[in-house]
Amino acid sequence: MENEDIEIKLVLKAIQLKHGYDFSNYATASMKRRLKKNLEEAGLKTMSEMIPLIIYDKEFFNLFLHNLSVNVTEMFRDPPFFLSIRRQVIPYLKTYPFIKIWAAGSSTGEEVYSLAILLKEEGISEKCIIYATDFNENVLEIARKGIYPAQDIRKHTTNYQQAGGKESFVSYYHADYNSVIFDNSLKNNIVFANHNLVTDGVFGEMNIIICRNVLIYFNKKLQDQVLYLFNESLRINGFLCLGSRETLDFSPNASLYIPVNKNLKIYQKKKSNLSTGSRSI
Amino acid sequence: MTIKTDTKKQMLIKAVVIGVSAGGFKALHRILPLFDNSFPIPVMIVQHRKAENDSFFVNSLKEKCHIHVEEAIDKTRIAQGRIYIAPGGYHLLVEKDLSLALSVDSPVCYCRPSIDVLFESAADAFGPNIIGIILTGANADGANGIKAIKSSGGITIVQNPKTADVDYMPLAAIKTNAVDHILELDEIPRFVNNLVIGSN
Ligand SMILES: C[S@@+](CC[C@H](N)C(=O)[O-])C[C@H]1O[C@@H](n2cnc3c(N)ncnc32)[C@H](O)[C@@H]1O
Repeated sequence: MENEDIEIKLVLKAIQLKHGYDFSNYATASMKRRLKKNLEEAGLKTMSEMIPLIIYDKEFFNLFLHNLSVNVTEMFRDPPFFLSIRRQVIPYLKTYPFIKIWAAGSSTGEEVYSLAILLKEEGISEKCIIYATDFNENVLEIARKGIYPAQDIRKHTTNYQQAGGKESFVSYYHADYNSVIFDNSLKNNIVFANHNLVTDGVFGEMNIIICRNVLIYFNKKLQDQVLYLFNESLRINGFLCLGSRETLDFSPNASLYIPVNKNLKIYQKKKSNLSTGSRSI
Repeated sequence: MTIKTDTKKQMLIKAVVIGVSAGGFKALHRILPLFDNSFPIPVMIVQHRKAENDSFFVNSLKEKCHIHVEEAIDKTRIAQGRIYIAPGGYHLLVEKDLSLALSVDSPVCYCRPSIDVLFESAADAFGPNIIGIILTGANADGANGIKAIKSSGGITIVQNPKTADVDYMPLAAIKTNAVDHILELDEIPRFVNNLVIGSN
């Protein structure tokens, strides 16, 4: 093993022992890039010099953790995905009396408000509950507020329209000079909660799980572990939605699902795995 | 120009990475169809472009090429004789276990996908067994990547800036002093083929 790779393992171990975040099974190449960037910004030479700072310097660690996380998101990101949810998934769910949705790794919340808008327009808000989870308390806090930079609204409006939006997008927010705040009523059926996909477990039986652009940060082993968690959390005939460049194909669970939309990575669970036994709805 | 004259110990070449920006659609359509389907190693490509016109670009290359072309999917195990293109909006990286990884980390040189990100990770994963190629473009992305490939012992090639559609990116790469060969666009496929066949 190269020296730097040894050091990286030690850095990640220090984070875990001191602060409880387990990054050991995150995808290596992009993690290494982020660590190197931190190193440069801190003006240090070797990865191991960060270890004492991680342990003793609270300020350093907070910034460091912030730099390690990747939270980019937008409203109606990949509009065809939301269009497909509208057309292929919602009609199926409309027959249900109660619908539980889990948006895992929902970052600053844009994805969740997009969903809330979509459910409202499809007339099923009242019977839905969305669990919006992330392990990063800072982004959860932004998500709870639902306030976003005004400069993004143009892109969001275009996305909304391409995603099959039925109203005028401005009807969902109030704008001032620098920011827009989304309508409070959209929050009625959203529960924001801290949940770490690596260490926390099942908390309910979902009809839809949406986890986009989170699994790319995990290595194959952790991906499989998280997909297992999702499988445990998903009802039969429930839907699993991944990011557009992620796939279920390489997972041992793949055979339990059929693709509803292969390109947009929307899958429906058709079989329970053996350990959970089959359960009817 | 730093053409290597010494017969450096013939390294086994295991992969090719290509970075291209403005003018890339044309350039890639010119050279990729010149590789035949027996090309024995994988090719990873970053072409700067808007995320929206992805399928058009990739489908068009698929039609013209003899090698299988696909847009990279996260965690794909790299297969021999395939061309993988970074999807719009995502960085493409190579892991040491020779699988592909994507990320939405911040843009590098205003770009996502970024050539530096692909080249640096590929240099890490393949060490000296790699060829890095920079083609036309109006951006300095790729210069650090070329340096990384060179310093891990790989072979670096740049399109002749004088005849490139846009010379900025080739020039930026050449300025690093880490470039082994400066070639005309049309010469690149044969040159690479010879290196690869000679080594495999
Ligand atoms: C790139 S964002 C994706 C946002 C959104 N899902 C989208 O596609 O637009 C990735 C998110 O995953 C979260 N994340 C990373 N590791 C996690 C973990 N172990 N548990 C929960 N969330 C995690 C990050 O905090 C970040 O907000």
